[in-house]
This record gives sequence, C-alpha cells and structure tokens, in this order.
Amino acid sequence: MPPKFDDEGTDRKLCIIVSKGTMEWATASMVLGNAATSEGIELHVFFTFWGFDAIIDKRMDKLKVSPVANPSMKIPGTEVGMANMLAALPGMTAFASSMMNKEMDKLQVPPHREFMQMVHDSGAKFWACRLTFDMMENTMGLTKDDLWEGVEDIISANDFMELSEGAQIIFI
Amino acid sequence: MATEVIGGVEVHVDDEGFMTDPSEWTEELAPALAKEIGIDDLTDAHWKVIRFLRDDFAQEGQTATLRRVSTMANVPTKELYQLFPKKPAKKMSYISGLQKPVGCV
Repeated sequence: MPPKFDDEGTDRKLCIIVSKGTMEWATASMVLGNAATSEGIELHVFFTFWGFDAIIDKRMDKLKVSPVANPSMKIPGTEVGMANMLAALPGMTAFASSMMNKEMDKLQVPPHREFMQMVHDSGAKFWACRLTFDMMENTMGLTKDDLWEGVEDIISANDFMELSEGAQIIFI
Repeated sequence: MATEVIGGVEVHVDDEGFMTDPSEWTEELAPALAKEIGIDDLTDAHWKVIRFLRDDFAQEGQTATLRRVSTMANVPTKELYQLFPKKPAKKMSYISGLQKPVGCV
C-alpha cells in the first residue's frame, strides 16, 4: 500500500502562540511551524508580548539568547553553568547569541527572517496581538509599518479565539 | 521485509510504503510512484527536484530536507508546495525512492 498522503489526517489545524522574542524560542516556534506546514497542517502563528521582537522588522535580525538567569546554558564543552555575575558582564549576551547562531547554522537552521519567510511561503498565517501592539504604540510609537511584511493583521484575543476554533494550540 | 509491485516492478518497502533500497529505484519507476500518491504528471520542475534528491542522496547518504532542496537546488519553498501539495517532504522522497528526511529543518 502506498502512503496515504491526503487522508483525513491532514485536516489538522495548529496555532502556535509566540510569547517570547529570544532567539531560542523564536527558532523553536519556526521549527515546529515548518514541521506543521510540511505535514499539510493548517498553521496560524500568533505573536504576543515579547514575541513581538520576532516580527518587528528592525529587531527580527538581532534576536538574542541570554546566559543571565539561564542555568541550562553551560560553558561550551563543560557541565558548568555560567555564574550570573559573569553572565551579566557586557558583551556576554552578544557572545552567547553569536555562538548559538553559528551552531544553528551548522545544522542548516536558517536565520530568523529567512525562517519566517520559509514558513510563510509554505502557507502559514502570522498574526500580531492587538493589546501588545497598542501598548507598544503608546510606549515606543510602534506602527503597522514597523511590523514584518508577512504579518497578516493585528487581531484581538477574541479574534484569536475565533481563529483557533478546532485547532490544537502550542504556547511558547 | 515487505515488497510491493509498482509499475510492474517488485520493490522493497517499509511499513509506510516508502522504498527501502535506493538502488531498486530507476527513473522509469518515478511516474508510477507519483501516480500512487495522486501526482499524475511529472513535469520538468518535478524532475529537477527528483534528480537533485537522488544526486544529493548519492553524496550525502540521506534524504535532503525541504530547506536543503530550496537552497541547494534553487527551488523556492512555494514551488515545492505546488509541485508536491500538502506534504512536500514526504511526497518528493516517496517519488524519488528514498526514505523521508530525518532532519527537522
């Protein structure tokens, strides 16, 4: 029997809520998103709060991973975590981020913007949170033009509830 | 190991139906495999992907992921989804007589 590629299993629908804008979680969102679309699963990605860094155009190429208060991040090649006093030194976040970028690149994980484009091209829809947008509009003058072009629209929590009807939801 | 007759040829397949021995695959087999999964006509664009997958497998020993196909063979992601609808990674591997990709990206 050949594989059943277009059976009812492909009627699945998935929503990923991205609430963090750090490199590792933005990447995790796109890895899962990319896997979903390539399995024929309808995908919506909803960006909220700190997740906005992943869709603010001028920020999305500069996502960072921080060693501060992150006991899971070990000094490479050791089982030793980085003391917060050290991790907080100037340049440490940039250093950790550049290290992680290199490691991701080795594994052929694309840079964030390219990854977003790839998932978008595979049919996913990206949405921005209304409350977060309004807050950032007040605090930093954010406009819709500041968001990455692939973002479909700015929607409310209620809109999201309608959108996610019948979907499985992953909160990141 | 299970076998199946595809396009008049007996080939070894796994539980999901993917061919397990890449050496049993020939270009003549591809259209028959494609028909099995609802792709009735293999165009030049399909063949570009299939030949890349075969060549890349010969060199790397594993099936290329969608990202690898799009960057190395210059086939845009959108096109891959048009050529092999819904499940492009699995469909392109199946037609090429390869296992589905193991990589995450």
